[in-house]
Amino acid sequence: MDKKNTGNVSGSPSLTGGKQEYTITVYAENQVGLLVRIAIIFSRRKINIESINSSPSEIESISRFTIVIHETVDVVKKVARQIEKQVEVLKVYFNTNDEIVWQELAMYKVSTDQIAEKVQVERLLREYGARAVVIRKDYTVFETSGHREETDRLISFLSPYGLIEFVRSARVAIIKASHGFHDKLKEFEEAEPGEEAVENEYLNKQEEVFTM
Amino acid sequence: MINSILDVEEQIVVKQKPAKPALQGPGIMSGAQAVLEAFLAEDVDTIFGYPGGAIMPIYDALYDYQEKLKHILVRHEQGGIHAAQGYARASGRTGVVFATSGPGATNLVTGLADAMIDSTPLVCITGQVFAHLLGTDAFQEVDVVNITTPVTKWNYQVTDASEIPLVLSKAFYIAKTGRPGPVLIDITKNAQLDKFSYEGYKRCDHIRSYRPKPVIRKEYIEEAAKLINEAKKPFVLWGQGVILGKAEKEFKAFLEKSGIPAAWTILGASAIPTDHPLNVGMLGMHGNYGPNVLTNECDVMIAIGMRFDDRVTGRLDKYAKQAKVIHLDIDPSEIDKNVKATVGVWGDCKETLPILTKLVEQKEHTEWLEKFHEYSKKETELVIYPELNPTGEKLTMGEVINQINLLTKGDAIMVTDVGQHQMVTCRYAKFNQSKSNITSGGAGTMGFGLPAAIGAKFGAPERTVIAIVGDGGIQMTIQELGTIMQTEVNVKIVILNNEFLGMVRQWQQLFHDKRYSFVDITSPDYVTVAKGYGIAGRKVSARGDLQPALQEMFNHNGSYLLEVMVAKEDNVFPMVPQGCSVAEIRLA
Repeated sequence: MDKKNTGNVSGSPSLTGGKQEYTITVYAENQVGLLVRIAIIFSRRKINIESINSSPSEIESISRFTIVIHETVDVVKKVARQIEKQVEVLKVYFNTNDEIVWQELAMYKVSTDQIAEKVQVERLLREYGARAVVIRKDYTVFETSGHREETDRLISFLSPYGLIEFVRSARVAIIKASHGFHDKLKEFEEAEPGEEAVENEYLNKQEEVFTM
Repeated sequence: MINSILDVEEQIVVKQKPAKPALQGPGIMSGAQAVLEAFLAEDVDTIFGYPGGAIMPIYDALYDYQEKLKHILVRHEQGGIHAAQGYARASGRTGVVFATSGPGATNLVTGLADAMIDSTPLVCITGQVFAHLLGTDAFQEVDVVNITTPVTKWNYQVTDASEIPLVLSKAFYIAKTGRPGPVLIDITKNAQLDKFSYEGYKRCDHIRSYRPKPVIRKEYIEEAAKLINEAKKPFVLWGQGVILGKAEKEFKAFLEKSGIPAAWTILGASAIPTDHPLNVGMLGMHGNYGPNVLTNECDVMIAIGMRFDDRVTGRLDKYAKQAKVIHLDIDPSEIDKNVKATVGVWGDCKETLPILTKLVEQKEHTEWLEKFHEYSKKETELVIYPELNPTGEKLTMGEVINQINLLTKGDAIMVTDVGQHQMVTCRYAKFNQSKSNITSGGAGTMGFGLPAAIGAKFGAPERTVIAIVGDGGIQMTIQELGTIMQTEVNVKIVILNNEFLGMVRQWQQLFHDKRYSFVDITSPDYVTVAKGYGIAGRKVSARGDLQPALQEMFNHNGSYLLEVMVAKEDNVFPMVPQGCSVAEIRLA
């Protein structure tokens, strides 16, 4: 087994063992109660979940959880193994931010009067990549998506004009290096004991992809 | 996967009554009956349980299955689940528990936690209120699935009768395969009552998302063998994985070829006989002197089916830092969890060990083994001899265990509770065969001993079962004397009474300046209590009475309670104080 306690990418801050943002991707059977089973793995260790999203995956009947935490690589690795140990979990990956493409969606409700009078709406739409979802006499709802800083910037822009409501979604992320889960799943479904050996070989490749 | 199922069946052929009860064919059946049919198909023979409102349909169905399924009525659900644990540990099979909804189910939680950490295969069935009442705060409604999630390997709520055959087959499969553990199935009352079209029972042999048994990767074993062959001072640590994997023979063969001294965790005890020349003793806080000190001198450490609990490792940053570590485990999350492995071998040790044995060179590490013997001599002189041959007036716990050894010759199953008597039993009891030491290891559950002993006797009726309990723990589940009375199960109970919560008192003495805060515990007259339950008993405090009393206990036909008054303020040594390295083990 690989003895080096590396993160996913050599040269990443995880080499120092410091905390950083990790995105954990969990492929699991869609089953009542599984969210609790996963969530308590974090709460038991007093780890705050920064963001959690559950959605269908590219494969029918299999859900995909995207979980963001701020932790050291050691802790993330152990937590990922505990998640993968759950009966209904097929696979867990964890990645640093440079290994994924991610987005968060944000919505902003502002007074239409204020916004029409004082803000150059066109600038808003262009600069922040915002879209107007609803425009009514009394209020307007904008949406934008992007990284945290991008959606934050629009908050600070709109705040002086009376931001009535703001909401941001959990992170959704695509793993850059992943070839998708289809092939992996085929191996599982064949249910031949031999297929599982292929799994095990990833014990060696923790820099690339976490798996057991 | 396929192999493990065969193992189970092989064993069942040996254990089971020759005629297997006939199973129901397809047809209309109630959910409750389907539960019992599943039990028959899974070769369950004993259920530990307690009825109540929400599980009544299952008990009603059980009325017609009394010939095929033995039900043990316990006195408290916690007693029921500990008994099922004892049954599972003594028999190597899955323990089965019934409890009703609400408090019945919550009373299982301690046992579930205990079984989870000690990897004991259990299937617990709890009744639940009608599905339409879920979430209405109905009578005896408790959110059992969520309460038990952290302490079960898997749990599931059934709300529809037709789910039962499939869910139960998954439950038994999950409990027993991979790293075993407790499974809880919560069944709403309507699902028990409703009739559905039963299509027969099919044993589960695969779940897409669950990979209990990896195929062995030989290159890791080759790497491990290379390290072992180059080692000058190799040291084996083994745990319950050897017993759970039914790999005692394979383990012994590995030791005998490699010539490596081996020490055990308390759950691993008895996997090879106590007097095996390569068995150098017990690990951990109250383990033997040599195994602890030499942990920090070995050059290659081979951990087999154990999880480096903090009671085994002491201070981690001073634990075996000089050694290359080979870790064999079936649970990949254990590898690198507490101790970083140089080589991790993921797999069932029944399969990995024979491959490793083939690759290691035949050796005798005479000089290295001699080092263990030297430490053992010192420990014998300063701790063991005085404990077993005391000169004081009061009896010691160690001499009681030693006297038991002389009478049982090491053939009995020793079931312990938690505390000083537990450590003394693990240290001094002699074991000739596997599955002989049943104790609450990871959870340290006081009250475990008596009910677990009852279950152990049902799991291994041909063996003598001795419950060694303290005056604290016995009072936590003493109501199970009622179960003994009713079932007439033959359990020998030895209470080592030091009139203290001894382990806590020991810590208060050593680390809290003798401030004995609420450890002075009084006891009822146990012999009279036993008499009230129709159980024979005797109390001894003089040395001369001990041997005859033990003899009387073993000769007695049926259960027997022997209360032995022992020295009040004896301590268990050696001891690795918390926060210290294993090499800092104290002999006094």
